[in-house]
Amino acid sequence: MTSVDTDRTITLTVNGVPREATVPVRRLLSDALRHDLGLTGTHVGCEHGVCGACTVLVDGDPVRSCLLLAVQVDGHEVTTVEGLAHADHQGGQILHPVQEAFRECHALQCGFCTPGFLTTIAAGLDKRDNAAELTEEEVDDMVGGNLCRCTGYANIKKAVHHANATMRDRA
Amino acid sequence: MKPAPFRYADPDTLEEALAVLSDEGAGAKVLAGGQSLLPLLSMRLAAPSTLVDINRVPGLDSVEVTGDGVTVGALVRHNALLGDDAAARVQPLLARATANVAHPAIRNRGTTVGSIAHADPSGEMTSVLALTDGSVTVATPAGPQTVEWRDLFVGPLETSISGPAVVTSAFFPALPARSGTAFAEVARRKGDYAVCGAGVVVTLDADRRVERVRASYVSVGITPEVLDLTEAVAGKPVDSADWAAAGALARTMVDPDTDIHASADYRRLLVGVLTERTLRDAAAEATARVTCE
Repeated sequence: MTSVDTDRTITLTVNGVPREATVPVRRLLSDALRHDLGLTGTHVGCEHGVCGACTVLVDGDPVRSCLLLAVQVDGHEVTTVEGLAHADHQGGQILHPVQEAFRECHALQCGFCTPGFLTTIAAGLDKRDNAAELTEEEVDDMVGGNLCRCTGYANIKKAVHHANATMRDRA
Repeated sequence: MKPAPFRYADPDTLEEALAVLSDEGAGAKVLAGGQSLLPLLSMRLAAPSTLVDINRVPGLDSVEVTGDGVTVGALVRHNALLGDDAAARVQPLLARATANVAHPAIRNRGTTVGSIAHADPSGEMTSVLALTDGSVTVATPAGPQTVEWRDLFVGPLETSISGPAVVTSAFFPALPARSGTAFAEVARRKGDYAVCGAGVVVTLDADRRVERVRASYVSVGITPEVLDLTEAVAGKPVDSADWAAAGALARTMVDPDTDIHASADYRRLLVGVLTERTLRDAAAEATARVTCE
């Protein structure tokens, strides 16, 4: 018999770490990450899927965390912006090439939209053959679903090219 | 804002899903991709008592392609359909229209069948279902039923499906012989809801004369419709057909609304422009297909 619930305990892997939370079933994934799991890197902008600030990776694919219920990712793997960098074994962190590129190219100003761009672009560049030519159309398609009101996108697009070149050279 | 409180179930089978929908009554709503439903909940435009999540139901995530057409299961994400080459060969409108559905992150989660069941007049796939003369299959406690597109769409966000029911698939018939298609949209931002969109099918005879021209629009009118534009170009050799005349005819046949994004007159203008543009492309594709025969 299928249970019909108002609260659920879910287990999921967030940035490689198994996590558990008991949440009301109406809890959005974006709020579960921030409020229940303390991962405030995921930013909530419009909360109805338009702005892309809350984009996270679920099983490797970028999705809007405000358009998913936390109970729907029970048993799945989530990567947030906190999971892009990795430890350097000396107590510090090595940034993801996309994060490096954003710093290098001045691709953020206020920074509110940045977590959504970073996760979206990281997934987009991870999935492609970095040695293949990266067209402007491909870049537009990659970042077109994310709103940024500061930069005018020019430096963000520059950063996408920069990160792709880094990933190509390191491959 | 946050969704109003609701109850949640994620059944493992279609039978269980129908049982929960029956038990929970009229306030229960099916959740598939949720990319249209969740915004409605968060904006409190909808407040269902129960969400029945069908994502764990097996067998609904396949695209089946035969010579007759393409059957898309209820859990096929837009991006999966977009990348399905076999489906695109049988019915090219599928990939062409799906490429215009929102942004990649939305397409990773949103489902094509869910878009159709949502019946938004600004949805691409409702128009494509109409233009291809398609249908949906609906699971009900009394067994599966087929609903033709003409009987499906009742109004904005409203279909004829009622009671405990799950739309399990959509069927898009194959592109007819000697035909070409095209799809284009004008949106404020790439991936946003279209201010106006147009999908067309042009069919030629063996002598490359225009035999049939049909068009369907996005964000024009409250439910999908198919316009027959054949009379503007009937029997004309494809190279000298007056596609602008077909666009002008289309303008006289639509009755769009004014909203904050565009006036009715501007939408009518776009109908003319997009019709002419897509017909040229579709005619070129149809010509290539006749040549290959």
